[in-house]
Amino acid sequence: MVRHQRSARKGIMIMALYEHVFLARQDLAHAQVEALAATATQIIVQHGGTISKTEIWPLRTLAYKIQKNRKAHYVLLNFEAPGQVVAELERQIQINEDVLRYMTIRIDALEDGPSVLMRRNEKLKISKEQRELREIREASMTDESALDLETIDSE
Amino acid sequence: MARTFTRRKKTCPFSGRNAPKIDYKDIKLLQGFISERGKIVPSRITAVSAAKQRELSQAIKRARHLALLPYLTR
Repeated sequence: MVRHQRSARKGIMIMALYEHVFLARQDLAHAQVEALAATATQIIVQHGGTISKTEIWPLRTLAYKIQKNRKAHYVLLNFEAPGQVVAELERQIQINEDVLRYMTIRIDALEDGPSVLMRRNEKLKISKEQRELREIREASMTDESALDLETIDSE
Repeated sequence: MARTFTRRKKTCPFSGRNAPKIDYKDIKLLQGFISERGKIVPSRITAVSAAKQRELSQAIKRARHLALLPYLTR
């Protein structure tokens, strides 16, 4: 407490890195989820924090039901802010009925680039493209071999 | 001659150069360390070092809280 007051007098705020994840109800539209993320961002910025990353994960199936919801929208926020901001953010998010669950953790370093879950989606997309390419190539290959056989037959 | 039991020495999957980072969001990775019923597998089976096992269990519990992993599977 003493330390806190001293730092306040000097006008220095102790900042830390946080990662905040919250789950929004499944029947919300994407725009509504974005609005929720925007309000959270606003709270953080208003109280002197800075956002470094916002991620909205596509609708996910939950491992278990939460308040009769089988699926939920996940929103991830990475930010740097003094500790009071976390208290305020959690207070406001608790009130909101569209939010099923939330978690804020302190992190040592900010992760750059998309988080693991988003990365895997990209990888899937890439592998799908590759598969399609391979299929096209194989299709053309079989055509050629068929042609070869035909030529042999004719001979 | 007495038969010698040589067991391949297991090493911690989270130490070493290309070791994966433990993150509660990395469900694919964490799933390898929970049993079929959803319990955390003891480190004596998975050979995870004590320090990393603490980190791992923390990550699994965080993932469970956010319903990324189940608390139990029947």
